[in-house]
Amino acid sequence: MKNLIVSSSPHQNSDVSTQKIMMTVIIALIPAIVASGIFFGLRAIALVAVCCSSAVLFEYLCRKLMKRPQTISDLSAAVTGIILALNLPVTLPFWIAILGSFIAIAIVKQLFGGLGQNFANPAIVARIVLMVSFTSQMTTWAIPGYWKAGAFSETTAIVNSQTVFTGATPLVSQNASLSDLFFGNTGGCLGETSALALIIGGVFLMVTRVISPAAPLSFIGSLALFTFISGGDVPYQLLSGGLMLGAFFMATDYVTTPITTKGRIIFGIGCGLITFIIRNFGSYPEGVSFSILLMNILTPYIDMITKTKPLGAKKPVKEETKNA
Amino acid sequence: MRKLNSIKLNHKKNTAEYEAVRFRTPEYVKIPMSMHMGAPCTPIVKKGDHVLVGQKIGDSDAFFSAPIHSSVSGTVRDIIDYRLMNGTVCKAVEIDTDGKQEEIQYAIPQVTDKESFIKAVRESGVCGLGGAGFPTHIKLNPKNEIDTLIINAAECEPYITSDYRQMLERPENVLGGIRLIMKYLSIPKTILAIEGNKPHAIEEFIKLTENEPEIQIFKLPSTYPQGAEKVLIHSTTGRVVMEGELPSDQKVIVMNVSTTAFIYKYIQTGIPLLRRRITIEGNAVGKPMNVIAPIGTMITELLREAQTDTEAIEKLIAGGPMMGSCLINLDTPVTKTSNSFLAIKDYKEPEKSACIRCGRCIRACPLNLMPTELEKAYIKKNISALESLKVMLCMNCGSCTYVCPANRRLAETNQLAKALIPKKK
Repeated sequence: MKNLIVSSSPHQNSDVSTQKIMMTVIIALIPAIVASGIFFGLRAIALVAVCCSSAVLFEYLCRKLMKRPQTISDLSAAVTGIILALNLPVTLPFWIAILGSFIAIAIVKQLFGGLGQNFANPAIVARIVLMVSFTSQMTTWAIPGYWKAGAFSETTAIVNSQTVFTGATPLVSQNASLSDLFFGNTGGCLGETSALALIIGGVFLMVTRVISPAAPLSFIGSLALFTFISGGDVPYQLLSGGLMLGAFFMATDYVTTPITTKGRIIFGIGCGLITFIIRNFGSYPEGVSFSILLMNILTPYIDMITKTKPLGAKKPVKEETKNA
Repeated sequence: MRKLNSIKLNHKKNTAEYEAVRFRTPEYVKIPMSMHMGAPCTPIVKKGDHVLVGQKIGDSDAFFSAPIHSSVSGTVRDIIDYRLMNGTVCKAVEIDTDGKQEEIQYAIPQVTDKESFIKAVRESGVCGLGGAGFPTHIKLNPKNEIDTLIINAAECEPYITSDYRQMLERPENVLGGIRLIMKYLSIPKTILAIEGNKPHAIEEFIKLTENEPEIQIFKLPSTYPQGAEKVLIHSTTGRVVMEGELPSDQKVIVMNVSTTAFIYKYIQTGIPLLRRRITIEGNAVGKPMNVIAPIGTMITELLREAQTDTEAIEKLIAGGPMMGSCLINLDTPVTKTSNSFLAIKDYKEPEKSACIRCGRCIRACPLNLMPTELEKAYIKKNISALESLKVMLCMNCGSCTYVCPANRRLAETNQLAKALIPKKK
């Protein structure tokens, strides 16, 4: 008699897979990518392509070198690459972007054991390392449509053209209109400009239940609250800088943020507080990436204090007294 | 009242409208002596004996057990060793049927009070027909006072419709059983809990209980696992059965709907548990159906009746797809707890990948456990972490494994982890 497959229950699985989740995130990033193309031209799209493909390549090489099963098909490296690109200014030389991918994938992700094991968000660490190492290139913000000013050439356009302003995101210059900030007609990283495109992506992720609203809403909400209390310009603070990108796409990274809803709310509030402090009292104009990184580091501790309470569980203290 | 986590499943109740057909008497039956929780029975017949339908062929002195009766008339071919699904070996009585189906003289049980009622229930051989197989007479004899009887008609597993068919085909038996239990156990109130995906059954019972306010029909949400005892008690009464407690500690008893109906039939006729409703389903089954089959019927015969491509079967599940157990081969008989057989072909075991900490398992767990944390504690063999994360509460409903995008076998890990926990003195 033929022997049958014997395995433990359950015998069916939902059709949600890591790959599908990552694909949904990529789809959610498309509005932001398109917006960056509209405002910053084809070079923005090229930068996304370079980051994405180099991230996948580094993942492939790392797994190959470490003789581990290949994981590029889970698309997580592609997501990291795209998010990294959205954290970079359009004028950044490609080699620096590729170095960023290397830092994100090889150092932050694979050295710690690959997907699920890294304690910090790869794209954020890469951005911060590039920021510290290549400060001038990383803070050269082209304004939208800059290439129309003349024949585009990476170095001359920045130095000579009046249409580019250097070292000033709207957070510093404080001169952008709210509608420009909302639609993205302003200087900044690829993904820092159009709040609208990022919100569309974020809402899509929440509707498809890929991300929970807990972290993004508490992040944005707490920053708004702190800004309001301190008498700041709330809409301006919310729409400028990397807040929308950070709140919807980086503070929601499964691996590096708390696992329970309660933990995610604490995480979001922490991010909002640190962002507020850095923006108002720090020497850096922007604090979103630092705030997420610092909260990434706190995540294991947040997880520790936000364990769920099982239904019908008795408190261990009571049991001890009973035994005594 | 806190809402418990649950998941949405595709119900796949394709056999819901198929009336259960009475399966012919097979030529051969194999009746295992352990079909219930508790002590296995000892065969009280021997090779060559002639047995009648309804004749007791196995019994045990242990209280935590239930007797076993022959479902056919014929000659005992042999008493053999038989390996059960859970891996243990028990005796099984093989009977070659004579096709006459001669019955013993059934004696209608004399029931006058709680004691005689429970004694009669034990004699009927019934155990929890929903799948767990807990001896019913023990459940009906709780230490505490009971204020609510909950009838479990959730049938929350996909595919299975045997309880649903029971409700549609013999609703009077269900209500009769409820009235008997309420009467002899002095329970003032009953909640008949049916999942919302069975509107016909809900309508029917609301109509039938119009003049009985003490029987409340409760519509459960159509989510999984509504039929799990603790979840059901919480949904219907808001009470929480604490760690280490029995439902009776919260003054409730939960009875499966088919078990309840059987008790009524037995008290009326004296015919013990001989056959049961079974759903035959799965993608290898050509003609999905509900049958009423004698206990001991070989599954192969049922599958053939349901036009199953037996050669193509790769996985055969006794029970539902979420909590059912795999059978080793087709050489397996129907038991008292068989509510469904699912014959699966083209089965592909999903490939496992790394945990991405998405937290879906935590949000799926009806008992609010943290399956991913439990898995990490299990891998490290960290017993104190397993204990503080309350692994012993896991009821293996499978929701965590089901939702995991990385296809990690979380529910299975919990069962393995339970074995690491030292038994309480």
